Amino acid sequence: MAVVDYNGVRTTARLDALPDRISPGDYVLVHTGFAIRRLSPEDGEETLRLFDELAASLAAESPAKPAQNAGDARSAGGEPPNSRDQAATPPASGGSSTSGRAG
Amino acid sequence: MTPSFQYSDPKRGRDLRDAIRILAPPETFKIVHVCGTHEMAITRNGLRRFLPETVDLLEGPGCPVCVTPAADIDTAIAIAHAGATLCTFGDMIRVPGSECSLDQARSDGCDIRTVLSVADAVEAARTTDEEVVFFAVGFETTTPMTAAILLDDPPSNFSVLVSHKQVPQAMAALLDLPDSRIAAYLAPGHVSTIIGTRSYESWLTTHRIPTVVGGFEPLDILYAIALILRQHRDGTAKVENGYPRAVATDGNPAALMLIEEVFETAEVAWRGIGRIPGSGYRLRSRFEHFDARGRFTIALPEERADVPGCRCPDVLTARAVPTDCPLFSARCTPLTPVGPCMVGTEGACSIWFRYGGRESL
Amino acid sequence: MSDERITSLHGAGGELMGELLAKIVLPRFAHRSSGRIDLAALDDGATVDVPRSGDLVLTTDSHVVKPIFFPGGDIGTLAAAGTINDLAVMGARPLVLTLAAVIEEGFLIRDLERILDSFASVLEEVGATVACGDTKVMPPGDVDGIVLNTTGLGVAAHAISDTRMELGDRVILTGSIGDHGMALLAARAEFHLKTTLESDVAPLWPMIEPALEVGGIRAMKDPTRGGLAAALNEMARKATVTLEIDESSIPILDPVVGLSEILGISPLEVANEGKAVLIVSPGSADAILKALRKHPLGTRAAIVGTVTDEYPGRVILGTEVGGRRFLDMPLGDPVPRIC
Repeated sequence: MAVVDYNGVRTTARLDALPDRISPGDYVLVHTGFAIRRLSPEDGEETLRLFDELAASLAAESPAKPAQNAGDARSAGGEPPNSRDQAATPPASGGSSTSGRAG
Repeated sequence: MTPSFQYSDPKRGRDLRDAIRILAPPETFKIVHVCGTHEMAITRNGLRRFLPETVDLLEGPGCPVCVTPAADIDTAIAIAHAGATLCTFGDMIRVPGSECSLDQARSDGCDIRTVLSVADAVEAARTTDEEVVFFAVGFETTTPMTAAILLDDPPSNFSVLVSHKQVPQAMAALLDLPDSRIAAYLAPGHVSTIIGTRSYESWLTTHRIPTVVGGFEPLDILYAIALILRQHRDGTAKVENGYPRAVATDGNPAALMLIEEVFETAEVAWRGIGRIPGSGYRLRSRFEHFDARGRFTIALPEERADVPGCRCPDVLTARAVPTDCPLFSARCTPLTPVGPCMVGTEGACSIWFRYGGRESL
Repeated sequence: MSDERITSLHGAGGELMGELLAKIVLPRFAHRSSGRIDLAALDDGATVDVPRSGDLVLTTDSHVVKPIFFPGGDIGTLAAAGTINDLAVMGARPLVLTLAAVIEEGFLIRDLERILDSFASVLEEVGATVACGDTKVMPPGDVDGIVLNTTGLGVAAHAISDTRMELGDRVILTGSIGDHGMALLAARAEFHLKTTLESDVAPLWPMIEPALEVGGIRAMKDPTRGGLAAALNEMARKATVTLEIDESSIPILDPVVGLSEILGISPLEVANEGKAVLIVSPGSADAILKALRKHPLGTRAAIVGTVTDEYPGRVILGTEVGGRRFLDMPLGDPVPRIC
């Protein structure tokens, strides 16, 4: 059993479903009163890095900027992407080199 | 700096929106997710606005409350009428069974209590001699907790009404339905924390579709969608982990062991879909004495027929959106729900009604 | 005295009731008089001295909060502040309140005294008084503990409704949202939650009075039951305008965020008992904000939105990440969610 703090609210969480040992100061994901995963601040930072990397790599591949109008998320902008029906091999650009990175 | 693990900053939102636009497919592309919390996050943050017109994002059977069969609710109510204290998660309270809901049964005098955890239910059992039953609803994220409690020497007056379900089997079943046209799956975050990304490999041999596990922060969801669209662009179809801080390939071994020790896989019914093989759990024989179904003699009411026009089955299988249903917001509202999609707080219809769904803003 | 309880005789209008009033009610309220025939006279009614000009504003409320004693206040605080706040958001200075109590037989007299102390202390803050009241005692089980009813009389230079607004007007919140509702949920024993979060229950008049003097307040409302979502929707519907709200401007305390995650309930849908929503003319917004922030209750006051005509009758939330969605009228009491 651990005492967990959510932004200043304290409650308890059971540790039966957590494989890791934890110590005070650790962060945990809690579901219906049980901790299910230890989270580390490093992983938290890594998450931001993943977002930024993906956005940057796609922006770099695409010379034309997508349309800027407000509320135009509904318009298909930018370069037409390769459709599934086309070449069996993925494009030779930066796209395939980053495909293994996520996750 | 204290990490907040909250990811909603607008600049990154714009960057990921741009990434998604770059990857916009020219043809209609249907992404299905199976998690009520994903739908809640998508709708409450207004994320559909970030998607290109060709991309549809629909909720499948992701609301454990919505897919709990009416018969299970009827059983819970019958158990409460038999004199037991019934403990349940809050969002089950208003879902109608065949005749009434747990809420109405409570107004009729039944002892029905809301708990935030199965641990609270077993604690209640320790303070009384009366029978206490926990209505065990939820997917794989919630199943280990029921298992942990049953392994922790619960008192003899405690039992569980098992209604836990497994998500990957439902995801596979949806792909086999006619007209499903599912182009990709956004796989659930915390279910995946338990079962691991490898649990989604099973349909890839027959249905080559990108499957990306996503987290629940707004940026997590946009990121996962971008990964899906990138796979599509590159012609790949694999399971990808878009939530690595909380999900591992093999999941959570301690939680999986708890489930394995107490439960075995069973064929169960999903409300609005029907029976799906291997999609649920039942107690192993040595835990049978904790099965509430065995402890009470129950007479169930006749299962009520679906109301004509109600499209919950299509909404639950991601073949329709709430606004496709003729009853939506006319006869069927959160205050006067017809089907489970409107009553469950994580049901697509309930969420769309309350947060404006896909009405273009 | 400490374990004495209310009996049916206390509500019977006879000797025992007279004694109760003399001992615990009059000493707390009789020092401030409503008029020529006041509470101390214990007459069938009371006279009220009202100013010669302005709008007389009347409001009434019944109070059934459970638990009776909660973090940050009790049913007495809530009854007094609630009524004063209804007057305040009409632009009215509170003059007198009435106080009627329906009490369950067996109720501890010391608890009743605590409640009356709370009520009295809120009145002190605004200089209002109790003009008259009533006491009824019901058999055990016929009422749950205690129910209070208060009617408040106030006077406004010019009463302010909750519907007058014009395109371009700004929406101001006087402080953090969700405190009271979340504090009460957290206090429910079955949730096993520990927090320092307290109800925000407080009388708003001392903060609103200087803001009114600035000029430019078009409409006001206090977001009690149903929370900010209900209050904004009511205003938008009545005035047939759109209220466009910026989510990241809404002040929300850390523990309220934490509780909202644990319980799966939105802070925008739970009650506030020490906050107000103001619709103000664009030119006066900054000055009104400044006036509010000068008062301890208004340190987090913020401009959170604008009146537009895009979707008449609706409230739109611009979300933190950059999306938009409707903020709708909540339905019923929020229930904690599994996931």
